[in-house]
Amino acid sequence: MVSESGISTFERIDLDCGVTIAPVECAWESYGTLNELKSNAILIEHAFSGDAHAAGEGGWWSNMIGPGKAFDTDKYFVICSNVLGGCRGTTGPGSINPETGEPWAMSFPVVTIADMVRLQKTLIDSFGIRKLLGVAGGSMGGMQALEWAVAYPGSVAAALPIATTARHSAQQIAFNEVGRQAIMADPDWNEGNYYGGKPPGRGLSVARMVGHITYMSDASMRAKFGRRLRAPDQFEVESYLQYRGSTFVDRFDANSYLYITRAMDSFDLTERGTLGSLFERIPTRFLVISFTSDWLYPSYQSLEVVSALRSRNCDVAYCNLASDYGHDAFLVEVKEQSELVRGFLASTFRSLPA
Amino acid sequence: MKEVYGRRDYAIIGELVEPGTRVLDLGCGEGELLAWLRDHKNVDARGVEMTGARVQKAIARGVSVFQGDLESSLEDYPDRAFDYVILSQTLQETRDPLRVLKGMLRIGRRGIVAFPNFAHWRVRVSHLMSGRAPQTNLFPYEWYNSPNIHFLTVLDFEALMREQRWKVERRIFLAGNREVTLLPNLMSEVAVFLFSSAE
Repeated sequence: MVSESGISTFERIDLDCGVTIAPVECAWESYGTLNELKSNAILIEHAFSGDAHAAGEGGWWSNMIGPGKAFDTDKYFVICSNVLGGCRGTTGPGSINPETGEPWAMSFPVVTIADMVRLQKTLIDSFGIRKLLGVAGGSMGGMQALEWAVAYPGSVAAALPIATTARHSAQQIAFNEVGRQAIMADPDWNEGNYYGGKPPGRGLSVARMVGHITYMSDASMRAKFGRRLRAPDQFEVESYLQYRGSTFVDRFDANSYLYITRAMDSFDLTERGTLGSLFERIPTRFLVISFTSDWLYPSYQSLEVVSALRSRNCDVAYCNLASDYGHDAFLVEVKEQSELVRGFLASTFRSLPA
Repeated sequence: MKEVYGRRDYAIIGELVEPGTRVLDLGCGEGELLAWLRDHKNVDARGVEMTGARVQKAIARGVSVFQGDLESSLEDYPDRAFDYVILSQTLQETRDPLRVLKGMLRIGRRGIVAFPNFAHWRVRVSHLMSGRAPQTNLFPYEWYNSPNIHFLTVLDFEALMREQRWKVERRIFLAGNREVTLLPNLMSEVAVFLFSSAE
């Protein structure tokens, strides 16, 4: 598989909050080869804690992206970039503010899902790609896929929002708030000014532990841990969560956690009009997927999007895949998801004007 | 029943649909008919199907299928969204057939319905001779496991068309793989109707 990576620097990005970041950097990876017509490009959107490393060794969606896989790199040119506000190469609160020479920390401007997508549009333009064959992602990645279709309908042939929503529920906001409070309650957080010192590892790891609970289901936790003991005084599930929490601290910035969860919580397509009115005359094809055991992003949220699309007679396919994995299903329930994605992309690609 | 008669009424429906049109298939199964219409008639093909495994197969075929209940799903679509709305071998399984038919003509310019004819002579003989709920190759179920909850005949459907002042544009009657012209209510196993609102 041909793969490339880079950090592109752009002159500026104007944010929804009115602030301009200039310059702005965007970390990306690509897999496969862009065809001559530049018509085979697929943008992959990572979820909350992901990064640009989507495929290949250790890639977060390597089971879906690669030669012969759902996002077939023998046929398609697949791009993934780290989101704005992130901490994996793209400008975020841990980056240096050029005006002060110090990390932005909490002076970093508020970013939105729409801002993230705006930066991706700049990146895609820099590749000379006028129209993406597809934009795909799960969870927060699915929000970005929806945002793409609404913001740049002429630039997206197909959108694949998976296990996602057009707006967070009170429950989703509540879990994010627990994570944020855990970070801010850690004395090492120090109002966000911990760069160069000790990061708020305890708070961040607790935040991650809560997150992991919401990504699983009762059934998947029972199957994976049950009441098994790791040590005489420690359940297997405790050990697992602690391990996940502590490894997260090594790769994720606590301030990015605050900014990105805030972006997810504030995302609400219906602020711009009813979903139906937003989808009016959108030429984009949609494949919407939800999972039966996903209680964090329940299928009713996907159905809300699908109903709105159908009310405007948009081209939409929808499947509620059976899975016990909870919200994690979009990362691990690969077989059925691959069939859907492969067929949907192939028919979209075939229908493009040659 | 679908397995035995599916291909034949698919062929008939395929002939009825004009090329380049917008088609919705209610209860589309694995999307075979829609994929055929897309590939051979260049139609904009959509479907509704309840069973997840079938929806997966249909989407894998590249057909845009919505997983949901066909009766409640009709409400979401705007008026006249389709040129044809197809209901193949499913009318007798719906809870409220008249509401489904009205919905079809609201969201589509024409409806195409294929259904097993409950007045076929074999059904009549089975019922008369056995004194039990009729069982034929067309109605192979026991009374307690049949998905069919509304039994109708060719005459019943014709009467409903008149009552609703809907126009039957084509009617095709089948027995096995042959078309029936004589005494369709007695001789046909499957009836296919192409119909529209009168105006």
